[in-house]
Amino acid sequence: MFDGIQRRVVSIWFPRLASDRVLRMRPVEGPFALTHSLSNTNRIYCLNGAAERLGLSAGMPFSDARAFCPDLQSRPADLLADKRFQHALRRWAVRYCPWVGLEDDDGLVLDITGTAHLFGGEAELLMDMRQRLSRAGITACIGLGDSRGAAWALAHHGEGSAPVGATSDVLQDLTVAALRLEEKTVTGLGRLGLRTIGELANAARAPLTRRFGPSLLMRLDQALGQQPEQITPLKDPPHYGVRITLPDPIGIKSDVMEGTSRLLTQLCAKLKSHETGARILALTLRRVDQDSQQVELRLARPMRDASRILPLFERGIDDVDAGYGIDQMRLEAVQVEPMPVQQLSHVSTGHKNQLDDLITRIGTRIGLENVQRFLPADSHIPEHSYQIAAAAFSSPESAWSTIRPRPLHIFPPAPLLGTHAAPTPPKRFRWRRMSFATARASGPERIAPEWWLEADEWRTGVRDYWCVETRQGRRLWLFFTPQSPSWYVQGEFA
Amino acid sequence: MNWICRKYTLNFFPMTPDFTQSFPLRAERVHEVCGPCAASFAAVCASSTRGSVIWIREYWRPGTLNPLGLLPFFDPGKLLIAKVKDQTEGLAVAEEALRDGTTPLVILEISQPMGLIQGRRLQLSARAGKSTGLCLIPDGMGSNAAESRWHAAPIFDPFSAPGDSTLQRYELIKNKSGTLGFWHVRWDTASRRLHLVSATGE
Repeated sequence: MFDGIQRRVVSIWFPRLASDRVLRMRPVEGPFALTHSLSNTNRIYCLNGAAERLGLSAGMPFSDARAFCPDLQSRPADLLADKRFQHALRRWAVRYCPWVGLEDDDGLVLDITGTAHLFGGEAELLMDMRQRLSRAGITACIGLGDSRGAAWALAHHGEGSAPVGATSDVLQDLTVAALRLEEKTVTGLGRLGLRTIGELANAARAPLTRRFGPSLLMRLDQALGQQPEQITPLKDPPHYGVRITLPDPIGIKSDVMEGTSRLLTQLCAKLKSHETGARILALTLRRVDQDSQQVELRLARPMRDASRILPLFERGIDDVDAGYGIDQMRLEAVQVEPMPVQQLSHVSTGHKNQLDDLITRIGTRIGLENVQRFLPADSHIPEHSYQIAAAAFSSPESAWSTIRPRPLHIFPPAPLLGTHAAPTPPKRFRWRRMSFATARASGPERIAPEWWLEADEWRTGVRDYWCVETRQGRRLWLFFTPQSPSWYVQGEFA
Repeated sequence: MNWICRKYTLNFFPMTPDFTQSFPLRAERVHEVCGPCAASFAAVCASSTRGSVIWIREYWRPGTLNPLGLLPFFDPGKLLIAKVKDQTEGLAVAEEALRDGTTPLVILEISQPMGLIQGRRLQLSARAGKSTGLCLIPDGMGSNAAESRWHAAPIFDPFSAPGDSTLQRYELIKNKSGTLGFWHVRWDTASRRLHLVSATGE
């Protein structure tokens, strides 16, 4: 490979990735464990050093561990966060070489061919890596070898580095488990008396293949560098951030808007090429005195039209205190959503876009979730016959229907005190400190509670709804609960 | 003779002053309505507008609008509700929406007395955005800048048919460009329009 340049691979193993992640956030003294519920048992998922020294081990039932070690502190494991942390470490490792891949759930693999001299040599590179990881509070075992298999073996068993071309000598004495084999294969090899890699390499190949399948010798050849193995670097997600640095500080609003417009044009071009639209935009304005101010814009629809987004920034930029002037502007699309290119049609109008812009502008003032709209729901219960959804995250529906007239206002049921508990509407009643006399009543309309849902207000059982026209003019929506006789007012008609 | 004069449109019983001169509220202005039927007055106004309607309401108000109750007036899908923290925020949102002009009608529920400055600002933004504003006010809390102020109250009608909606009395109690007056009206659910009714007992 590369005409005489030997391939060099570093494998980093994080034996306590999950607990290190949690302890970085909140350090604790003494034994600590993360627990994970698997098939109805709460087991230990990851431990810190203190807990390991006390004899606890991963996979142990948590109740046993508590019995051994009463002062064990624990937290539930978060596997997704661990995965994110591993990805973050992968991004960090790109500082050493561009070719970084993930290894299982708890490791990284780096192809440092030709980059070690930038750090002053391999030993210095490994030293730097160890120092930075230990400063960050992450336990790591690092192996360096000519192949991915060798680096893995050295990271997990013995932690060392193999000099160029001497991989097989270094691996000689390691156990066969260092070859990334299954547990069963390792036991089988042990029964044959093949305990180290050196013994395995010297054994006859054909009987081994016949007994353990081709994967055993493939792993051996990969470790010894006789068979190539790929390292797959992950693709970096597109970064939606642009910035502009100004030679002279600016402070007038129109200048800031002009700068924002230039940034937006660049950003929108990028959004367009990825067929995405921005949902949340953050504009950071750095002042000459190193202070920085941020303007956040949350949009009601994903957008990538610079001329439409720019006026929406006006209100936020109004509030910015420029101080001695702004010399750097940075615009980032914090949240993006897919927004495929759509066919234009002659029937579409700009009205909807204008409404979205209005929702955005109102949303920047009162919060986007406070601009709401009604959506139909499938229920007879008056309170559940509609849904309230944020207008920015829903589209209007028009499947509204009702058989009987419904009141314009509904409120929490107010009991009518002092009325008789008969199933016909009371002749006279008081509500909100007003006296009413029933002139006409239509009903009853019986509505039964939805037994499959828990609702405290429906504990009183079925309701008989009456539309009561009062002599005072108001039309009220009363109901009677036959199962616990009393009268309530729940709504007022238009 | 009561049953004869139950429901007739304006053409048959011209009343003075003319209801049509004041009722479809003058566009590009801000109006006010109070009384027990203020919300249904707003719903009637919203029924004749094209496009979306925005209804600004303080979040702490008890009860909610029922979209199924709005159904006889207009499609609830065109209604946007803005939940605001207090009146200041509500006025700011109303001004923004009026000035934008995307929504032809902006309905604002008021809980505290509104000064002349605030009323005037709403008027100016309504003019700028060519949209109409309607403030639902508690009795006696309006602003002098309002174009017109209405009082809407329900009236019991002993002769109404079972499917009829509530008979209401719309009283114009302030009008910047016209005379005052009162009318008895009833919303016709089938034809979705307001019918003028002669006063009962006449």
